[in-house]
Amino acid sequence: MTRLKYIDEFRNPEVAKHLLVEIKAISKTPIRLMEVCGTHTMSIGRYGLRTLLPSHIKLISGPGCPVCVTSAKDIDKMIKLASYDVIVTTFGDLMRVPGSRSSLQKERANGADVRVVYSPFDALEIAKKNPNKPVVFLGVGFETTAPGIAATVMAAKEQGIKNFFIFSAHKVTPPVMEALISSPDLKIDGFICPGHVSVIVGLKPYERLVEKYHVPCVVTGFEPVDILQGILMLVKQIEKHSPKAEIQYTRAVKPEGNPKAMELMFKVFEPVDATWRGIGVIPKSGLALKEEYAAHDASKVFDIEVGEAKEPPGCRCGDILKGLITPPECPLFGKICTPAHPVGPCMVSAEGSCAAYYKYRDWEGING
Amino acid sequence: MCLGIPMEVININEEEKTAEVQLGGTRQQVRLDVINEMPKVGDYVIVHAGFAIYRLDKKDAEETLALFEEIIAHDQVEIH
Amino acid sequence: MVKFPKQIVLDHGSGGKASQELIEGAFLPFFDNPLLRDMNDSAVFEIGGVKLAFSTDSYTVNPIIFPGGDIGCLAIHGTVNDLAMRGARPLYLSVGLILEEGMRGETLEKILTSMQRAAKEAGVCVITGDTKVVPKGQVDKIFINTSGIGVIEGDYHIAGQNAKPGDLVLINGTIGDHGMCILSQREGLGLETPLESDTAPLNGLVEAILKVCPDVHTMRDPTRGGVATTLNEIAKQSQVGIELWEDKLPFKESVLGAAELLGIDPLYLANEGKVLVIVPKEKAEDVLAVMQAHPYGKEAVVIGEVKPEPRGKVWMRTQLGSKRLIDMLTGEPLPRIC
Repeated sequence: MTRLKYIDEFRNPEVAKHLLVEIKAISKTPIRLMEVCGTHTMSIGRYGLRTLLPSHIKLISGPGCPVCVTSAKDIDKMIKLASYDVIVTTFGDLMRVPGSRSSLQKERANGADVRVVYSPFDALEIAKKNPNKPVVFLGVGFETTAPGIAATVMAAKEQGIKNFFIFSAHKVTPPVMEALISSPDLKIDGFICPGHVSVIVGLKPYERLVEKYHVPCVVTGFEPVDILQGILMLVKQIEKHSPKAEIQYTRAVKPEGNPKAMELMFKVFEPVDATWRGIGVIPKSGLALKEEYAAHDASKVFDIEVGEAKEPPGCRCGDILKGLITPPECPLFGKICTPAHPVGPCMVSAEGSCAAYYKYRDWEGING
Repeated sequence: MCLGIPMEVININEEEKTAEVQLGGTRQQVRLDVINEMPKVGDYVIVHAGFAIYRLDKKDAEETLALFEEIIAHDQVEIH
Repeated sequence: MVKFPKQIVLDHGSGGKASQELIEGAFLPFFDNPLLRDMNDSAVFEIGGVKLAFSTDSYTVNPIIFPGGDIGCLAIHGTVNDLAMRGARPLYLSVGLILEEGMRGETLEKILTSMQRAAKEAGVCVITGDTKVVPKGQVDKIFINTSGIGVIEGDYHIAGQNAKPGDLVLINGTIGDHGMCILSQREGLGLETPLESDTAPLNGLVEAILKVCPDVHTMRDPTRGGVATTLNEIAKQSQVGIELWEDKLPFKESVLGAAELLGIDPLYLANEGKVLVIVPKEKAEDVLAVMQAHPYGKEAVVIGEVKPEPRGKVWMRTQLGSKRLIDMLTGEPLPRIC
């Protein structure tokens, strides 16, 4: 029964069954397909897709959770911001992520003014309502989110809202995909490309990957039928030995992407080198506010020097983010590190790989 | 975080650059600053973090759904 | 084993894992006794041959007045229902009010009127109470505590420990209404919904169920933590497995829409007018019929089954035919939900 339009139809069990039959008929080679979007990770878990696919098709999760890949040092900087007499505004996902010593949630419990917002424009409204207090918005997210932040900063500048600041930990996806595919440790046979990032960036970044590395790339939507159709398209490319960049999510992604959003994003931001938690520095993979927006750049206006960040001992989030090991292969997973008592960011974040694997974990007998 | 939901446009305020959208009866205001093209009432848009980031290609969506119908029908024909 | 957290965080009040840990590590060791350890919706004991049930609950919901109800009727319904869940006929309630200096008299009147109506519908009397007023800012307008006593008039053995393999799991209507209603009212979300809280007294419905099936095994109202958490508690207490059927779960379209928007699973949202009823398979049809005939059970449906294995686990059989685990709630996405 279709109740939510353009959502329910893409959860149709009949279509899903057919796609699975086709996948099983065509796919002969054992393959590893990587998705780099937290929403894909969650959707795959929620619908039990790993258990429905043939066992020789392995779905691995990459660094698709922007919160998980925010460096511990950046988290420490955010916490330092919260120690000043400012209002810190953030997406909810960041609240529980552990830095070297604390988290935003703990700081709030200790009296810091940290508020969860659903949109950067809400943070701008808070700045308007509190003209005598600095309001800092913690910017995390990939290309899906950055254009909206850019629009907000432009509005702040235009309207002369001087007490509104952004701390940017934004990142872009294609550089990390290139880092992963060019790594000798990893075997990736195809990318399930992020659906909503691609709404903005289009197909070009993946065409470059295909050209250079001959890796199949399919831009895929988020409902189970979308994901299965995307996997079928990848399998067809692989069995035919003809890698290309294709779009499964045609209703929202066009080859040219959203040029207006891209333009806005690069009016306000410029690419800089960035540290991805657990992975290291990836050139030109982060977004920093341009010089003309320096007045709204929290990293320039506030002193947020922090020492070297400490990662929790034994935490293997880095290897998990790179897809080198699966969450259950981390010795802390499910024993010491659980959603109730998370050690690293992959377990804390609502879209972290470990959180997804834990929430939808399999155990003996449930699918036997 | 990359949560993007298709929602129906029920009202547009071009001056304020906002639109009112709905999904299953729940309504919300979204910003139109970054959308690729201005939607019309009745269109569907992808909504993320308070912004409409894309005007859904309805024609394409319907074509895809029609293809699904064919797939299912074809299946059933095969069985019988 | 005694275990106190370094600091209390909002998670401790969410009804999920952190709450459980607090109860087991901080409260049980200090008040330990078999009645407390029973950990059902109300405590059941016998005095002079009469079986009684006793329960308490505090209400801090924000906003205090919401579509479909307010903190007042919520407080009455909540304790009435906790008593009904053990098969007790609720009799007497206490009401403790903590008021903020500056709270408007007309707001208090609204709330008390609502409590009066709720008590009348449930057939209970408020026989004792207390009021405290604290300086402005030290409480958010009003907090309420209600405690209640009921009498158990049948040979019932209704408890979280009594679910048996083969039993069917029923619910009297749509899931997640109250939690989603409250969430959508929160400032900063900018959501407008037609949602209303489902808060209701369920003792009448429970009475009707017990008439056709005195051998109900378990009843529990899925409040904080939602259906998912409540079923997990029962699965652990009874040492059984519980399978839910995704295609049978009842939801209002508006709840589904808001859930997609917020990225929240409605199985973890509070319900204040719903009851999970676990009965022997052969009685399910009769119980369902009697529920559907009651004003608070019109949309009653069978949503799952109790299995012998894996013990202590709850899982979903998805629309696609796959199975996936449904865990307890961790984290607090929604403070001050009830």
